[in-house]
Amino acid sequence: MYRFAIFLLLFGIWIIFSGQFDAFHLALGILSSIFITVISSEFFFADRSRTLRKRLREICLFPGYFLWLLYQIFLSNLHILKLALSPRGMKQIEPSVVRIKTKLRTDFGRYLLANSITLTPGTITINIQEDELVIHSISEHTAIGVKDGAMEGRISKVFEEGEI
Amino acid sequence: MVLNIICITLVSLGILFFLGGAVGILRFPDFYTRMHAAGKGDTISIFLIFLGIAIYQLHDFSVANILVAGKILFISLFIMLTSPTSTHALIRAGYEEGLKPWIRKPTKGQPDS
Repeated sequence: MYRFAIFLLLFGIWIIFSGQFDAFHLALGILSSIFITVISSEFFFADRSRTLRKRLREICLFPGYFLWLLYQIFLSNLHILKLALSPRGMKQIEPSVVRIKTKLRTDFGRYLLANSITLTPGTITINIQEDELVIHSISEHTAIGVKDGAMEGRISKVFEEGEI
Repeated sequence: MVLNIICITLVSLGILFFLGGAVGILRFPDFYTRMHAAGKGDTISIFLIFLGIAIYQLHDFSVANILVAGKILFISLFIMLTSPTSTHALIRAGYEEGLKPWIRKPTKGQPDS
């Protein structure tokens, strides 16, 4: 079942990237997708214990999270822009190293949290040690944004429903 | 016409964010804070610029153009995946080498945080 899903995924990507719909290109796409599925299907979705239904739910919910993340990136980029361009901005810079504990259990959830924190300007994940994230934050304002845990809550809603 | 205005607005916004990043690199006090400006002003500005280009592609509506627009959006998605990773790698290398983050010296009247 997983193999078939991987095949469909690869074939979909092939169609998007090739942009040709004649029989020759489609056949080539099917052949190469089958080949890749056979030799490397173990590398996709390492954790097979979760059902395909759950995966589908994640895929449906992810765009919502992505749009929210884009909005957050936009907001905090404005903050950085203000810091960089305004003459008084330099006085608001107050770098600090923040440590937060995360409740996320899965590796992917933690990866996503760390990447999202780094993507929103003003905060960079320095290190993940077990369930503790070391974060460098550029000003008071951005440190508060990390500590309130809104991002973590959204990730756990999308990816770890019922596992916490 | 409307499409053109949207494209121009998006691309100019992207360029504005790039400017912020560039000025930030020059003005911020130390390595870590400079990485804030360098590593991430890019993500939103590249996303905005590519969104503008993708919308521009849809001027004459056809399947081929939609595919091209999709590919352009894919590029920005890949940049959004890889850019934080490289920023993180640089910052972590600095941190593990023992580079001390710059901290504002407490001024008079303000409590030491």
